[in-house]
This record gives sequence, structure tokens and C-alpha cells, in this order.
Amino acid sequence: MRQVPRSSASRPRRRSSRSTAAAPPGAERLLAGIDTTGSPVTLDDHLHRWGHLPNWEAATFLRELDVSGLRGHGGAWFPVAAKWRSVGGTRLRSPVVVGNGAEGEPASGKDRMLIHQLPHLVLDGASMAARCIGASEILMYVPSGATTAMRSAIESRRQRALDPVPIEVVAAPDRFLAGQESAAVNTIAGQGVATPSFTGFRTVRDQGVGGRPTLVQNVESLAHAALIARFGAAWFREIGTPESPGTALLTVTGRWSHPRIVEAPLGVALGEILGLGSADSRHIGGVLLGGYGGGWIGAAEALAMPLTEEAARQHGSSIGPGVVALLRADSCALSEVSRVVRYLEGQGAGQCGPCVNGLSGLAYSLEQLAHRPKSLRGGLHTITTLCGLVEGRGACRHPDGVARFVRTALDVFADHAAEHMRRGPCPYTAPLLPIPTGATTNGPPQRVR
Amino acid sequence: MKRPGLVLMINPIACDGHGVCAELLPERIRLDPWGFPVIESGDIPAPLVDHARRAATSCPRLALSLVRQDP
Repeated sequence: MRQVPRSSASRPRRRSSRSTAAAPPGAERLLAGIDTTGSPVTLDDHLHRWGHLPNWEAATFLRELDVSGLRGHGGAWFPVAAKWRSVGGTRLRSPVVVGNGAEGEPASGKDRMLIHQLPHLVLDGASMAARCIGASEILMYVPSGATTAMRSAIESRRQRALDPVPIEVVAAPDRFLAGQESAAVNTIAGQGVATPSFTGFRTVRDQGVGGRPTLVQNVESLAHAALIARFGAAWFREIGTPESPGTALLTVTGRWSHPRIVEAPLGVALGEILGLGSADSRHIGGVLLGGYGGGWIGAAEALAMPLTEEAARQHGSSIGPGVVALLRADSCALSEVSRVVRYLEGQGAGQCGPCVNGLSGLAYSLEQLAHRPKSLRGGLHTITTLCGLVEGRGACRHPDGVARFVRTALDVFADHAAEHMRRGPCPYTAPLLPIPTGATTNGPPQRVR
Repeated sequence: MKRPGLVLMINPIACDGHGVCAELLPERIRLDPWGFPVIESGDIPAPLVDHARRAATSCPRLALSLVRQDP
């Protein structure tokens, strides 16, 4: 059996006499335990593969998590240990853990995959989080199609009394903003579906579900934490860079005939992860990294870029929730961008004036650029001005994400946009980026002024 | 140690774009094309603090507040 490297100071005490499970040696860590037929991993199989969670002291595990450098995989890449530490409960207001699997991002599928196929790894992570922050309740916030599977996973754990803290399931609506931190809390509290709040300097970590301090943590981050609990920080850091350690689940669109979920070692060139060489970049018009709140990167730079959050930010993007979409060089990027922005406009909560007006203007201007470029008054400047008018002016970061998506697109597809302005629109190309059916028409009513 | 400065913070959900704030504090607040306030970032300088406070208390939606920024 492979010896797991771990500092002796923080070696956890095992709760049972079971043999130590072997740490996955390769870059497939979360996926090492997956059932290749696609069926959920049962609790028996899960315990057989990974063993029980070691019996960590809260403070000791927080230190281990700190050393591991694990960052949040929901989109923000915020250090997980720092986030857990910042949730402080009191005797009267004990904290709540929300396992966030809402995955409102249409181009992402990794959270659903984890919830359906590896529920116990996610639940182990939620249980560790609850133990570390002294939570009295765990809420698994998952898409409505996954609530039954999640409930039965929880029930099988309850029969073995695995989790000291009760776990409930809440259905997440099929909206882009469903997983936004305050929107998740409001949905759970029944105070508006997928509707963010203005929190000012405070966050849900101070006052969330039922006014209690709340940790909203993405399910992939929880699953990584469950493996760190078993194999330690040193093992976690065997892959990745000092700032972006470990692996990340990516949902890749446009590389193979169907979208595929891969587990990528961080720090490795994106081209290598995708099995593409620099010569392949000729066939790719641009790469969208980080989803619809992320940013476009030119094909050659994207394939050469090491997959780390730092490198992504240097390119004006983010790994975000791990979305990678390759757009073919012969498709019309501007019509893709305009379709997505129209969708994003409809997915806003309709609460903040600048976002309501600005996204509507952006969606309209981008449709003009894509399909009737001659009618775009003020040219591309109109679009960048609108981006500036929405940035930082919403209660949540939705408008900022849209602006980043648009600005990076205008940058990467600058020649294409100039061509539109000069010669008119492209002939029709088949759409690539997924948009939920009917989503563009179900936006909230425009607010009455 | 320097005391953290006062800043204007807007609650964009509460704001309805009445525009009173921009009339009372044009030095720091202008209106966007839809009539919603754009606040210049940074601490409010001492001579403007009283005007800023008046702008905040005059907001019909109580969407504007003058707060001491967390260090």
C-alpha cells in the first residue's frame, strides 16, 4: 500500500481500525473513486475506496487546510481555510453550512456530476466543514433533479450515524444566479428565488440562513476537503503550484464532440490538458475560461497558459467554476457573445437600476454588432461605455461578470468586430455555447420606475 | 494610526434613481444616463462631510449611507 506523506505533527487519529485507504497517485483524485458506468458510488463502495473520515480536531484540521492552500472551486477561488475561519458562531446563533451545488452556469456540469456520482465525498467535506466551524446544521443546496439522489445518500449515512450534524436538502432553482452566495441564502429562506441581497460590508458569513452565520461552500471544494482530511496537505500539494495547488474539475465544451468533464492538474498548460498543440490554435477562434462570468483568451495564449488562477487573472479571466469552451475559428464569435449576453440579461434579478438598464443596452448593442452592425450607433465605443456603466454598480457581481465577458470578447475578437463594422454580419454558424431552453424569455419583469 | 475615512455607500437595490443625492453633492455624485447615481470612490474630504451626510439623509429611499470604511 502506498504510504501517504503527511507531517507527523498533524497526523490525524483514526477513528476505527480500518486500514488506511490508498491516496490516488495521479492527477485523477476526485475522479479516482468514480464508477465508470456513471452510477452513483454507494456508501459501502465509498468507504471501501476512501475509508472513514479521520477524527480531526477542528483547529488541527483548519491548520492542515490552511497548509493545503485549497481554494474555492465555485468561481471566486477564495482560500477555503480563511473562509471557514471567518464564520464565527455564538451559543445562541450556531453557524450553518450550505453545500452549494446550484451550478447555475449553463456551460458547467461538474457539480451535478459530483452530486450524482460522488455524493459521499461531498457530504464528507460538508461534515468536516460543520465540525470545523461548529455548525449545528448542514443544508445541501442542489438542483431539483438531484434532490432525491442526495436524500437517499444522506439517509444511508444516517443509518450508520456517520454525521453528527443533521443534513437537509434544499432544491436550487434553475437560474444563473441560484448559486450566488446571498441568493442561495435567500432562496433557502424562501425570500425570493435566486435573488441576491445587498450586504454592504457584511456577508452571509456574518448573517445568513435564519440570521445565523453561514458558510456557503461549493460542492467541489467540499470534495477536495474530504480528500485532504484523509491524505493531508502535503499530498494535496504534490500537484499544482504554490498558489493554485491540487486539481480542478473542468467542463470542456468544443474540444470533443460532446462536453466532457476532466480533472486537470493545476499548473499544467491548458493545451496539454486538452491534448492540443500550438499548431491547433489556428483552428480555434478563442477560448472562454471561467464561464459566462469569465473571460475570453486568444487561442494561442490560452493553450500555452498554465492553468492557474493567477495566470488566468493575468489574462483578464478566471478559472471560475472550471468552464473551458473552445470556439472554432470559422464560427461567428460575436453572435455567440450576443446570445449569451441576452441570456445573462434575462437571468438578472431585476433589482438594481444600472444592471437592469445596462445589461439590456449591452444585449441590444451586441445583437446589433452581431447581426446589423451598420445600425450600431457610436460603434464599439457604445459597448465599452455600457460595460463601464455596469461595473461595480450591482448588489452582486452579476453585472461585473457580464462586463468582463463582453470586454474580453471585444479584445480577443477585435478583428472580427472590425470586419463586422466594415463588411456586415457573418453568415449563420451553428451555436456552441449552451443556453437553457426557454431561459431567455423568463427574465423578471422590468421594474417600474 | 490614521482613522479610516468616511465613504458613501449606495444600496443599489433600494435606489430608485430619484437623483436628490446628485443635486446635494455634485462634487462626488453624478447621474448615469438612466438617472442612477455614480459615486466617486474614495474617502469624503472633511469640507464635504456635512454635505455628504445631508445627501444621505435626504435620500427618499434611504439607499445612501455615509459609513466609516472597515480598515
